[in-house]
Amino acid sequence: MIEMRNITKTYEMGTQAVHALRGVDLRIEEGEFLAIMGPSGSGKSTLMNIIGCLDTPTGGSYSLDDVDVSQMSDDDLARIRNKRVGFVFQQYNLLSRTTAVKQVALPLMYAGVGRRERIRRAQEALQAVGLGDRMDHRPDELSGGQQQRAAIARALVTQPSIILADEPTGNLDTSSGEEILEIFKELNAQDITVIFVTHDPEVAEYAKRTVLLRDGLIESDKQNGHKRTMEHAS
Amino acid sequence: MNLNESFLTALDSLMANKLRAALTMLGVIIGVAAVIALLSLGNGVNESITGEISSIGTNLISVMPDRENSGGYPPLSTADVEALSDPLRAPAISQVAASVQGGQEVIYSGASVNTTVLGVTANYFEVNNMTEFQSGDGLNQNDLDTSARVVVLGAGAASDLFPEEYPISKSIKINGVSYEVIGVLEESGSAMGNTDDNIYLPLSTAQKRLYPDRTRSGERAVSGINVQAASEELAEAAQEQITEVLRDQHDIIYAADDDFTILSQAELLDVFDTITATMTAFLGSIAGISLVVGGIGIMNIMLVSVTERTREIGIRKAIGALKRDILAQFLIESVVLSLVGGLLGISLGWLISSVAGNMLGVPTVMDGGTVLLSSGFAAAIGLIFGIYPAWRAAGLQPIEALRYE
Repeated sequence: MIEMRNITKTYEMGTQAVHALRGVDLRIEEGEFLAIMGPSGSGKSTLMNIIGCLDTPTGGSYSLDDVDVSQMSDDDLARIRNKRVGFVFQQYNLLSRTTAVKQVALPLMYAGVGRRERIRRAQEALQAVGLGDRMDHRPDELSGGQQQRAAIARALVTQPSIILADEPTGNLDTSSGEEILEIFKELNAQDITVIFVTHDPEVAEYAKRTVLLRDGLIESDKQNGHKRTMEHAS
Repeated sequence: MNLNESFLTALDSLMANKLRAALTMLGVIIGVAAVIALLSLGNGVNESITGEISSIGTNLISVMPDRENSGGYPPLSTADVEALSDPLRAPAISQVAASVQGGQEVIYSGASVNTTVLGVTANYFEVNNMTEFQSGDGLNQNDLDTSARVVVLGAGAASDLFPEEYPISKSIKINGVSYEVIGVLEESGSAMGNTDDNIYLPLSTAQKRLYPDRTRSGERAVSGINVQAASEELAEAAQEQITEVLRDQHDIIYAADDDFTILSQAELLDVFDTITATMTAFLGSIAGISLVVGGIGIMNIMLVSVTERTREIGIRKAIGALKRDILAQFLIESVVLSLVGGLLGISLGWLISSVAGNMLGVPTVMDGGTVLLSSGFAAAIGLIFGIYPAWRAAGLQPIEALRYE
């Protein structure tokens, strides 16, 4: 469970202070499927990075599964990222010279899992995203959709409670993007919290809840199912 | 993550850029090779000189003329040799050998050789530890008493003059006079001052026919006196007695007026030890500087590599790498670079020193200490110069590292 109260984030850009988040209150229950939307510069990526413990807030409190993470040390945050969070990036962010199976096994290496065990689990994760036949391929030998699926496998392999995705379909064609979103749907069906950032309303439709950010504040927070029925009603 | 994993990760990234790794290593390879080669050559030279001097014996004392204090006349004479041989005047001395020397043209049936020709006393060979003969024999007292026209050849001189003949009983010509060859010395294999090309004849003969110089008082001159003390313990006493006798012979009162110099083997040993130790340390430190330069090369490449791999570092941190994981990965990379470079450098240095040693005729001594020292030094260089880049990598903020293009 994610609980944020009055989260602010200020960057120093030279002499100017940029207020990326101006006081965000957000509560996300376990097993939710959430889309964060907003125009560029609205602070959605910053919010996402703070949720994923890649970044720390300037002010406010953030507790993840009842643990206050807003003031943790870099290494403690690294451990949380390793065990509880799986990241999927727009740029895939795979290591260029590393085969898919080693790539996916990497978080387990940092978790201290033995070699044989982590290769086995990495193979399982790759099979789960449909890359069972691409285990020993390097990123440059995979298509964009396949790379993103490998990235999802890497996010999944530690069995995190939250999957975070920053524009996961941004670099993909429509059909590959749909495949990725279907995988997220399946993961959510297994009770994993899935949160993704997008600027595409159609992509946001896949989520059950949409949070709209504007100028560092939450402008709206809606349950998609509810919205859809309202549209049907009118 | 354990050290083993860090090691494999580091090795992976080194293997991904083999040419760069090899070139980076080159600095360390050259530095270590230079250290090893120079130190083992230095040690070899030192050991061979020390060995030679000690094999002659530390009870040997040389007396050399100091012409500045003798008005240009050769100061040492046959009479001095006789005085030193007197057990009543110098009881600590057991033997006194003398020589007179110069360069001469030596001819045998058309072949001519320019070499050093010495007139020596009969005991010269024994005192100077030249008692092995290829053939024939040395000089005896009778040859001296009769000023016989006989010569003993060094091994080199013999093979130069008689490449295909048996030299004994052959007659060679020096300065227009014929001499009969009666002996050929064994090769000395000496590294310091090659005496193999020398030719020896009786002192009295040489004084009469080749080197007629006389001292100021009209005595037959000699150019060097070798004294053997009765024992090593008596070497110092012998030195004092030599000084006393020679001052008495030359009517010298003040030490500043001494027209001779006394050098004992023990002193010679000390002098050579100091010289070679200084040389070795000097060359070693120059080579050490090249090692440091190699280390800076490693640091340079590691810094470039950290910048290049900023994104990779960001990814690793995003999926849970701790600071120490990144630190270990980069530190191990630089230590592996320098250590492998060090090991290759040791092999190269050994190769260089044995080839150079062979060419210079100097034995090389590569002891475990030198190897251990330079590989330890190489590893330390990798560690020291790797710390800063690794620390920079470990301190990167994941969010900024991920944004890096």
